[in-house]
Amino acid sequence: MMELVCPAGTPAALRAAVEAGAHAVYCGFADETNARNFPGLNFSRPELAEGVAFAHRHGAKVLVAINTFPQAGRQALWHRAVADAEAAGADAVILADLGLVAHTAEQHPGLRRHLSVQAAAANPDIINFYAEAFGVKRVVLPRVLTVAEITAINREIDAETEVFVFGGLCVMAEGRCSLSSYATGRSPNMNGVCSPPSHVVYAEEGDTLAARLGGFTIQKSARGAPAPYPTLCKGCFVSEGTTGYVFEDPASLDASDLIPALARAGVTALKIEGRQRSRAYVKEVVRSFRAAVEAVAAGRPVPAGQLARLSEGQAATTGAYAKTWR
Amino acid sequence: MQITVGPNQFFWDAASWRDFYARLADEAPVDRVVLGELVCSKRLPFYQAEIPGAVERLQAAGKAVAMTSLALITLKRERTLTAELAATGLEVEVNDLTALAHLPPGAAFSVGPLVNVYNEGTLGWLAARGARRICLPPELPPEPLALLAAQSPVPVEVWGWGRLPLAISARCYHARLHDRAKDSCQFVCDVDPDGRAVDTLDGQRFLAVNGVQTLSAACASAARALPRLREAGIAALRLSPQAEGFVAVCRLFRDLADGRIDAAEFDARARPLAPGGAFCDGFLTGAAGVAWSGA
Amino acid sequence: MFGHAPEIPVFPRPLALGLRLGPAEPLGLPLTLIARRLIARHPSLISRLGEHAAARFAIDPTDLPLCLLLHPHPTRTRITVHRTAPEADARIAGPLAALLGLVHGVYDGDALFFSRDLVIEGDTAAALALRNAIDDAELDLGAEIAALAGPFRPALDPLIALAQRTTGVALTRADDARIPGEGLA
Repeated sequence: MMELVCPAGTPAALRAAVEAGAHAVYCGFADETNARNFPGLNFSRPELAEGVAFAHRHGAKVLVAINTFPQAGRQALWHRAVADAEAAGADAVILADLGLVAHTAEQHPGLRRHLSVQAAAANPDIINFYAEAFGVKRVVLPRVLTVAEITAINREIDAETEVFVFGGLCVMAEGRCSLSSYATGRSPNMNGVCSPPSHVVYAEEGDTLAARLGGFTIQKSARGAPAPYPTLCKGCFVSEGTTGYVFEDPASLDASDLIPALARAGVTALKIEGRQRSRAYVKEVVRSFRAAVEAVAAGRPVPAGQLARLSEGQAATTGAYAKTWR
Repeated sequence: MQITVGPNQFFWDAASWRDFYARLADEAPVDRVVLGELVCSKRLPFYQAEIPGAVERLQAAGKAVAMTSLALITLKRERTLTAELAATGLEVEVNDLTALAHLPPGAAFSVGPLVNVYNEGTLGWLAARGARRICLPPELPPEPLALLAAQSPVPVEVWGWGRLPLAISARCYHARLHDRAKDSCQFVCDVDPDGRAVDTLDGQRFLAVNGVQTLSAACASAARALPRLREAGIAALRLSPQAEGFVAVCRLFRDLADGRIDAAEFDARARPLAPGGAFCDGFLTGAAGVAWSGA
Repeated sequence: MFGHAPEIPVFPRPLALGLRLGPAEPLGLPLTLIARRLIARHPSLISRLGEHAAARFAIDPTDLPLCLLLHPHPTRTRITVHRTAPEADARIAGPLAALLGLVHGVYDGDALFFSRDLVIEGDTAAALALRNAIDDAELDLGAEIAALAGPFRPALDPLIALAQRTTGVALTRADDARIPGEGLA
């Protein structure tokens, strides 16, 4: 069966994910060492140790994301996060920074190393480089690849691959995007936040609600109409008289129909995005995807109705997995 | 303070490309030139034949030359291209770590601004692997920048001029804006030699797209930050090519670095040459990247 | 359930009108007591607020003629009840059922927000911190209220269940998938 890797922004979400059938849960410490450094989220050291114990009792793994890029002069914070994840009994750490991967391979050789999507390793050459130089066992593939390309990559590499199947969708090569820091000074790479809520301002203007990020208008919607979060790359802009979603529609990823194809492509693990979502969401999505991977493992089709319900009313896309997306 | 000319980010026809590098060789007071295709491998065949001549002319004019890797390497042909680059014997500027995998130990290479060098650990590892020079990512704030410059065993460069490279994607925005699939883009990005403006719904100038790349609308300028950068031990400023007036920009920076003009005069004379018509230097002051210290 | 407007029940109008008749302020005392009791048992409610721990939150059930003002504090949390929206750092507004559903893990905050069933104003980061802290605490307001009643609890439990059925408001935690005995492991 394909491994289902599920998000946990809080200990409650971790328990909800494990109880709903997650094979593995990924989470991070409550600081800028992880790429979902949102207010009120993430784990203290004791919370992580308790979470790992809980997951292990139920046969699930815990992967700790330490996937921002350490800041010069403050590397100790990231080094300590790796050491503390190992001490808490984490099954693996998910890393993005070249220097941090090298440090972990050298100082914590017994700790399993996964390469984060933030490292943007998008071809066999770079994946084999990370595997050979640093003993990286698994790579989370960037969301820029088609299923055919993923198949080709798996034929040429000596590491496991993990791909995103549900949730928020980055259109840019992740870990290589400075749009957020250009508008707000806060970036995914350095601060673990993209389009941070602290820089979002909503303004009611007549019959419309304008959402601004760092003073830039990202969206305008009619009063009462659905209002997607003003993530920069999903905003509505104007280019030479053309108005629209220049980069990406405010849609979320749903590759559930592609699970059989991804299994044939040799993918080891399926990842669900959403450490910022509630435990209610996590429980619902994990339960559905667990049923889906079990069905696929048993040679049955993906139970369509069940998964479609999760993105009902909201645009869903298979993103870069289909070549036409590009 | 040295001046490096970064790889051209845009798609120009072969004649414009050739003329640009010929003028650079003959007229621009710069020390290093990085050329080659950074953004989209589909563009390369259009001007590939011009590259050897440009390299020769630049070297004959006493300028150091390096060849950039692509910013995002995914396709088989792009991997082959990267391997060939490593075999040319020219210094390779790594802008996707994939290029490292193709470089034999001891081969000359430098690290470009699109590689995530945020800390001592990464910088030290790359220097130990043989990097001869490192251009830091544009978004790096002033404190880490100074810290890395102070500790680096190799020369450190920062973004000095031009629309900032903010993101790279598998999706082509030029094709999307023209309702075309990426594979049948018909090379529409050639109509915007400095990128295509993307404004907000309220008419604020914000970003620019260039094929699969997203840039700032404003032109970054390190002119006002120069004294601090010099003090921090930054070895070179990187100027990014633009379609018009680039030799003039190079001369202005040379004059500024050599003390013949001050930052105020630089700003006044360079502003008409800035793509997008506005400056930003927020990344160099620790603010949002779009901020301009001269406002 | 997610990504589209859930069918959120609106508080029955006759009951809402009833609330308009009496003075609102006295409600602040029992609510303050419940909040302090919750925080004493779930200290992470405060620690998860981080730098937003001193923020004032206006909780505005849009189908009720009143608005709560929450001043969080490790031991001296205060809730005051107002007829008109009080000044606050962040305002979280929505039907009572949506607000209670968030607390009880019935709804997802992002989904409610996307569908405009939930409106956040002011300090968005503070409001998010509060939402995430509450989501993690796995609160059960019905049980807390009943616990306050002490010996009257056996009589109250069926009443809460009845109220939940008739109003559609989630008054207790919805965690059917929980494994018995695992509690707060």
